[in-house]
Amino acid sequence: MNDLSTTASLASRIQIVRSSSGIEAWLIEDYTVPLIAMEIAMRGGSSQDPEKKPGTASFLAGLLDEGAGPYDSTEFHDRLDDFAIELGFSASRDQISGQLRTLSRHREEAFDMFRLALNEARLDAEPVERVRAQLLASIRNEQNDPDAMANRAWFATAFAGHPYGRPSKGTAESLPTITRDDLVAYRAKIFARETLKIAVVGAIDAATLALELERVFGALPEKAALTAIPLGTPSAVGTRQVIDLDIPQSSIRFGAAGLLQSDPDFVTASVLNHVLGGGMFSSRLFREVREKRGLAYSVSSQLASLNHGPLHMGGTSTKNERAVESLSIIEAEISSLALEGPNDEELDIAKKYLIGSYPLRFDTSTKLAGQLTQMQVENLGRDYMDRRNGLVAAVTREDATRVAKRLYGEGKLFVTVVGRPVGM
Amino acid sequence: MTTEPQSHKGPDIAHVTLRNGLDIVVIPDHRTPVVTHMVWYRNGSADDPVGKSGIAHFLEHLMFKGTDKHPQGEFSEVVTALGGQENAFTSYDYTAYFQRVAREHLKTMMEFEADRMTGLVLSDDVVDPERDVVIEERRMRTDTDPSAQLGESLASTLFTHHPYGKPIIGFMHEIEGLNREDALAYYRRFYTPENAILVVAGDVTESEVVRLAEETYGRIPARGQKPERHRPREPDARSARRVVLTDPKVEQPSVQLAWVVPSYKTADKGEAEALEVLVQILSAHGTGRLHRKLVMEQKIAVAAGAWYQSTAVDRSRLMLYALPHPEGTLEALEEAIEQVIADVVSQGVDDHELRRAKTRLIADTVYAQDSQSSLARMYGSALATGSSLKDVSEWPDAIEAVTTDVVQTVAKKWLNRRHVVSGYLLKDEAA
Repeated sequence: MNDLSTTASLASRIQIVRSSSGIEAWLIEDYTVPLIAMEIAMRGGSSQDPEKKPGTASFLAGLLDEGAGPYDSTEFHDRLDDFAIELGFSASRDQISGQLRTLSRHREEAFDMFRLALNEARLDAEPVERVRAQLLASIRNEQNDPDAMANRAWFATAFAGHPYGRPSKGTAESLPTITRDDLVAYRAKIFARETLKIAVVGAIDAATLALELERVFGALPEKAALTAIPLGTPSAVGTRQVIDLDIPQSSIRFGAAGLLQSDPDFVTASVLNHVLGGGMFSSRLFREVREKRGLAYSVSSQLASLNHGPLHMGGTSTKNERAVESLSIIEAEISSLALEGPNDEELDIAKKYLIGSYPLRFDTSTKLAGQLTQMQVENLGRDYMDRRNGLVAAVTREDATRVAKRLYGEGKLFVTVVGRPVGM
Repeated sequence: MTTEPQSHKGPDIAHVTLRNGLDIVVIPDHRTPVVTHMVWYRNGSADDPVGKSGIAHFLEHLMFKGTDKHPQGEFSEVVTALGGQENAFTSYDYTAYFQRVAREHLKTMMEFEADRMTGLVLSDDVVDPERDVVIEERRMRTDTDPSAQLGESLASTLFTHHPYGKPIIGFMHEIEGLNREDALAYYRRFYTPENAILVVAGDVTESEVVRLAEETYGRIPARGQKPERHRPREPDARSARRVVLTDPKVEQPSVQLAWVVPSYKTADKGEAEALEVLVQILSAHGTGRLHRKLVMEQKIAVAAGAWYQSTAVDRSRLMLYALPHPEGTLEALEEAIEQVIADVVSQGVDDHELRRAKTRLIADTVYAQDSQSSLARMYGSALATGSSLKDVSEWPDAIEAVTTDVVQTVAKKWLNRRHVVSGYLLKDEAA
């Protein structure tokens, strides 16, 4: 049947590379395609934005490739393009991520550009104003987008007063107030070796990588100055919020508290989420909402393993006349899962899927580098790739039933609806 | 069975045709023990009969409803239990189905996919709710999104006669009328071995794939000939046109400029490659002329770019777009975009930007080799739109051969402002 063996060899292929001053990276050496992919993460993200200035981390991430060291923005982009180097940074709620992809023959130039972006981004006035204008345009673009509205409203209400309640991308009000000094201060606080995680995949050996690591990351300060963030629990659970928008369909977002990634029940919770709405064609929500009743095209659920307020969430879009019906079906499925847990057959299918599909997460260098970085962020250990399928296989119906009660409680949700739902 | 040997850079790709006419492409990638199994049919929304827009896409949904041998849900349950992923998509020129599974399950996928090539069973009980699903899909993608609605109007203005002007998902009033008989008639016409291309990428060998395909797809009898696509030809444009959509929900306006241009299939030698290079020169991230002129120099746009649908059976489309600064007008922005084109037409492009564009495009083919599913899509879409494997493998050489002169010539010939269709997205201030 599903061989747990398919990924067993991967963990043993991970080399731990250390530079002269102790910068560490996980490396999988592979020469099939002449390219190198690197991913890095540093703890922080938008949850570390100054309270009155949401959007600072995203703004900074968008500026790191807009001029650095000796190169202004134009020269920097020319150089990336001349060598076909792909380089970019982003901010999620909990971390700053960076990605690099290069042909192996341009390795030196690529690592050098990454070094400059990470350490010496110039934050010149021209790109600061240009990127600010772009971010504002993107906020305007999503201002009346039903899914984006539902998501914003969900977080703003559920996490009122908590950093997660503020939009990661910032707001039309906050972005104009963010100064170059704010960006520099954020960088000084967050960019540090202490929380840095690195993974590299592709055509590079350990000795060469060790030198590159020292060159790129050696100058970063040792310590980060992270602001402590309290563990948030979504409020307003058990209520619904309707936001009026003149469209023929209602966009629905629902959710409640979930489990931390480090929780011993997290793997079991992942299996449960798969049963509820994680698997495309096999999930309960897909079957009941889409296949049987044709209420929606997309309906799904996921676990958002946020560090300071983990969630289980989901969403769908359904015509206004049947929004009430769709939501009551979703609530009934969650309640029934909380009350009775999954049956043997759906538990078995979910476990088989999660086990068998694990290798599909590693089928490109970029995806593999991303997975290796997140395994380090979550402190899972190098052998996790070998252990993970065993953990899923070990989930019993008793575990699942117990954790379903823990995860879904009484099935209560906080719901935001954007549209003109009839009768809500 | 005929085998066509390939000369190429990159992976060792094989092309084989079974006796029943099924084309097979094998793309080896031995890094992880998984395979991507895809079947492409050479029909898409542009082959929808008049008055039945959306039928290709609707049938794609209905292909998951089961056969005599395997009732509804069985295929998906098996894929899930094997830890596989699956889905399907419909475009203007093709419809494709795929699964990604551990290598040892390839034959199981082939058995199911071959079975539904001819064995689909449909009842009104499954067709009716699925039509509602498609209606919700259309509402989600288009009817709640002003910019998607403008996109539909722009396409139908650009293509006045050719079906590329109709939305892939179909018009709402026609989707509502699609039924079981429409779906089955369309299915019988197009779902045949002669019309299909099997693409397998991953930890497999050519001989293994061909043997498994013989044992599964090979059992389907040939129909005798390929179904024909009946496509009216788009007449040459004689006028410039402007489409304006206003909606109270629009907070960020935009302008697009679109032209009918050749695809790889219809182009004279080198023309499509030159358009590809031109688009790269105009729109490369951070270095493109549109970005440099409109965003950095003139500061009248916050973003600008371009897009060329080069993989298509018939003459296709090329679009430029820009988002204005809050104080700017769309008319001024359109004029500035036209000026960027006029500069290319009168002055040409310089050697350095030509070299840079080529480096980038050719590097992309190396990056694509990192992803077996990207390669499978690249080869599948090329073959489904009438290109050959040779065209794909020689593409880097064809890009290398593009000169500054040819780039200037195609810009002049195809991006003619007397034939442009512009699309304006604006806030409806009155509402």
